[in-house]
Amino acid sequence: MERVAIIGVSQTKYMQNNPLTFAELVYEVTTKALEDAGITVKEIDNVVSVSSDFWDGRTISSMAISDASGAFGKDITTVEGDGTFGALYGLMRTLSGSFNTTLVVAHHKGTESNMRGITNTAFDPLVERKLGLDAISSAALQARRYMTKYGLKEEQFALVSVKNHGNAKRNPLALFPMEITVEDVMNSRKIADPLKLLDCSPVTDGAAAIILATEHAAKKLVPPQKCVWVKGVGHCADAFRLGDRDLADTRALAAAAKRAYSMAGIQDPGREIDLAEVYDAFSYMEPLWLEGLGICPEGMACEHLERGRFDFTGQLPVNPSGGRLSSHPVQVAGLAEIAECALQLRGEAGDRQVEGAKTALAHGVNGMCGQAHCVWILGK
Amino acid sequence: MMERLGIYEDKRKRTHTPEGYELLTHTSGPVSYDFNWHLGYYWSYFLQGLKEKKFLATKCHQCGRVYMLPRQVCGRCFVEMNEWVEVGPEGVLEGFTIVRFPYVNPNHGGMKEVPFTSIWVKLDGADTRMMHYCNEHDETKLQVGMRMRAVWAEDRKGSIHDVAYFEIAE
Amino acid sequence: MGKRVGIIGVGQTHHASQRLDASGVELIAEAVTRALDDAEITIKDIDAVVIGNMDHFENINYVDMWAVDGLGAVIKPVFKVTTGGTTGTTIAACAFYTVASGLFDVVLAVGWEKNSESDTQAAIATCANPVLERDFFAGAIGPLATEYSMYMKAYGATEEDAAIVAARERNNALNNPYAHVRQAVTVEDVLKSPMLSYPIKFLDMCPRSDGACAVIFAVEEKAKKLCPRPAWIHASVVRHDYTHFGDLEWTFMPTLERASAEAYKLAGITNPLKEFDVAELYLPASTCGVKWMDSLWFCDHGEAPKLIRKGVFNMDGELPVNPSGGVICTNPIGATGLIRVGEAAWQIMGKAGPRQVENVRKALATGFGGCSWSDVMILGADLP
Repeated sequence: MERVAIIGVSQTKYMQNNPLTFAELVYEVTTKALEDAGITVKEIDNVVSVSSDFWDGRTISSMAISDASGAFGKDITTVEGDGTFGALYGLMRTLSGSFNTTLVVAHHKGTESNMRGITNTAFDPLVERKLGLDAISSAALQARRYMTKYGLKEEQFALVSVKNHGNAKRNPLALFPMEITVEDVMNSRKIADPLKLLDCSPVTDGAAAIILATEHAAKKLVPPQKCVWVKGVGHCADAFRLGDRDLADTRALAAAAKRAYSMAGIQDPGREIDLAEVYDAFSYMEPLWLEGLGICPEGMACEHLERGRFDFTGQLPVNPSGGRLSSHPVQVAGLAEIAECALQLRGEAGDRQVEGAKTALAHGVNGMCGQAHCVWILGK
Repeated sequence: MMERLGIYEDKRKRTHTPEGYELLTHTSGPVSYDFNWHLGYYWSYFLQGLKEKKFLATKCHQCGRVYMLPRQVCGRCFVEMNEWVEVGPEGVLEGFTIVRFPYVNPNHGGMKEVPFTSIWVKLDGADTRMMHYCNEHDETKLQVGMRMRAVWAEDRKGSIHDVAYFEIAE
Repeated sequence: MGKRVGIIGVGQTHHASQRLDASGVELIAEAVTRALDDAEITIKDIDAVVIGNMDHFENINYVDMWAVDGLGAVIKPVFKVTTGGTTGTTIAACAFYTVASGLFDVVLAVGWEKNSESDTQAAIATCANPVLERDFFAGAIGPLATEYSMYMKAYGATEEDAAIVAARERNNALNNPYAHVRQAVTVEDVLKSPMLSYPIKFLDMCPRSDGACAVIFAVEEKAKKLCPRPAWIHASVVRHDYTHFGDLEWTFMPTLERASAEAYKLAGITNPLKEFDVAELYLPASTCGVKWMDSLWFCDHGEAPKLIRKGVFNMDGELPVNPSGGVICTNPIGATGLIRVGEAAWQIMGKAGPRQVENVRKALATGFGGCSWSDVMILGADLP
């Protein structure tokens, strides 16, 4: 793969009931990403937007952000799904020879809509949808299966929530920075057994943007210290029906990670990666995906977590931003992770800076219970 | 070679399975949940204007275009617009159609009442057109280029329907 | 530099107003299997998949996830793109860039829709701003009818000009076994058909269909190995520009004009009417088949009615437009744009059957969607 750089990133403050329209959020992050890169909209060759008609409550919702994303007179398209997939399409367009620079921008205004109704429509209309499954109840099934398969305890998952809400205190953009204990999580309201309120991520409004550039364009447009390089990307999907999968099996993630690692020349991810932003919509997901990513052996992630390996000060800080548990703007989530990793690698992550970060991993998910994954390896 | 059951057959007219069972349709039943769209500064301000019988448009300080409907960004110049100008309440009919086919009204799931006349009207002082209703449902009485005038609703709540409709002003 | 990309296989379902015999996933599988057979490869040869449709027609969230069985995408890379009416051409462009990037060699592009499963106009009506525009916006027909009212006023075009286009396309569809509506009609029939939304009448307007289309894109080296006559992609350009319906200069089609100008530049086309051998255009109504000819640079603004009356776009004319019968005969919306690209590719590959235009070296395909989203793809028999 030719070299592509991330030359500018931005995010909004994550909040609930943000009174702005999503087009206004898109304008905010587009202008901030341009400022971050120190370039103007004229230097942007094309735009990939990331949104969902379901969450926005209207058809072709991306048609409302053309001007706000600076796309007048430019090629523009839309990916529906997690921001990591939007960024992947942005990367492909940048590599295609057709464009030197690509703006990828994602927005999400979950607090305008109805999470349970919308995620219910991700299930088969004839069967699972009728049973009332949604993002939370299906996740609960997956958490239970994961616990059963490896003999894990709810308290171990609670520790993820404690760690990530604690990390959020160092991130001024996060929605819910909190000093909490395992007990607080265990005592929080039951949502869908075994998940409690503090095991679940909050519906959040927000937007994020990144600017990708070919090596040639990046060197022309920005100083070298602004460049964060894409080292490897992989994506892969598993079967649709929950019953067609072993929900504690992470084979699709493993396949996506394998591709990303092989592009990046990574042989031992657990040692070579300095920090990871992993999709943690629910507490149990972080250890499950860390196993799929090959960062720990199957069934062992919770033990490593207890030993502090994934703490902010641990060997491999996971979700130093506070993760999705602290702010979860759905389509934006993965793009925000990439933006966070870029800041970390530039050494500009402020209080949440992981010292000496040279290689970072971002991970996004599409579909229910992590049906599809997209893994990014970024480097200095 | 593996047999592929009917992949090349034209099965469009089928109403039953080869075994004679009826091909079924499953009705979802009502699917509804409310959205609470946040209107932001520009549209909140615009709708307050309608309540006061004023059409407020945004003007780009760079290219001078006056946008009706108002919005934050001039796409052509990619700059934020901060100047409000009052336009209308009369304007020119730039295009129209009289809709005669019925369809489901997405606001409530019932049927939309037809006929209705959907118009593009360029309000005096604006550079872009707004969409609204016209009370004339006979195409022979409407001409592109006609003058139109807004008719205000009596009970105005800060909605696009604070303009009841447009009427011919000639 | 990006890789050069060719289309090596196309498959589509038999399209209909209602395909009771197949679920959405089964329709997708039908198109995918036909495309794989057309390319004489198997699903194992597919490195990645892209899919798209419009969410609110079937109310299925995460369609890329729901469809994996039909796509053959279990434990394969897949994601979804969607841009409304242009979704089909957006999928084609995505597959093109995916291959051109060098990240994947053989990519399956799939578009589908089961428009029979909901009220199409209601779903489309929700694309307008929900608070400020939705109530006045009559689905897809409203703006198309309105823009033609403006074009007629500006240039003296007539309802009959549009009816000529409608009759031409509907009669072309008689040669297309996959077309949804296959019915011989005269110009008079069109003019006498019921008024839907002045000036658009029933036979001027596209239907809503159930159907799917799959197109396989391959990198140059593989395309040459796998296919005797690939359809090479010479250009892919998209313009959108506007966010509100009233923003457009409606007496022409500005986004199509800008997108095609850029695409012609990339493909080295200077006289499109002469240089293209066939065009598969996303014309959702016959009125667009009049007005938009100007914006594709086939003639000056307002001159299209003359060309149409001369028969320039007929099957035996200078530039046959929509030998397949086009969108007014077949319209499974998320697939519609991809069908344009697939039909154009078949014309180049010499596989278009009874609707084949002789010796096609260059073909034009377009996509259209609300609000004024315009996609242009140029395909050629020779390497770009």
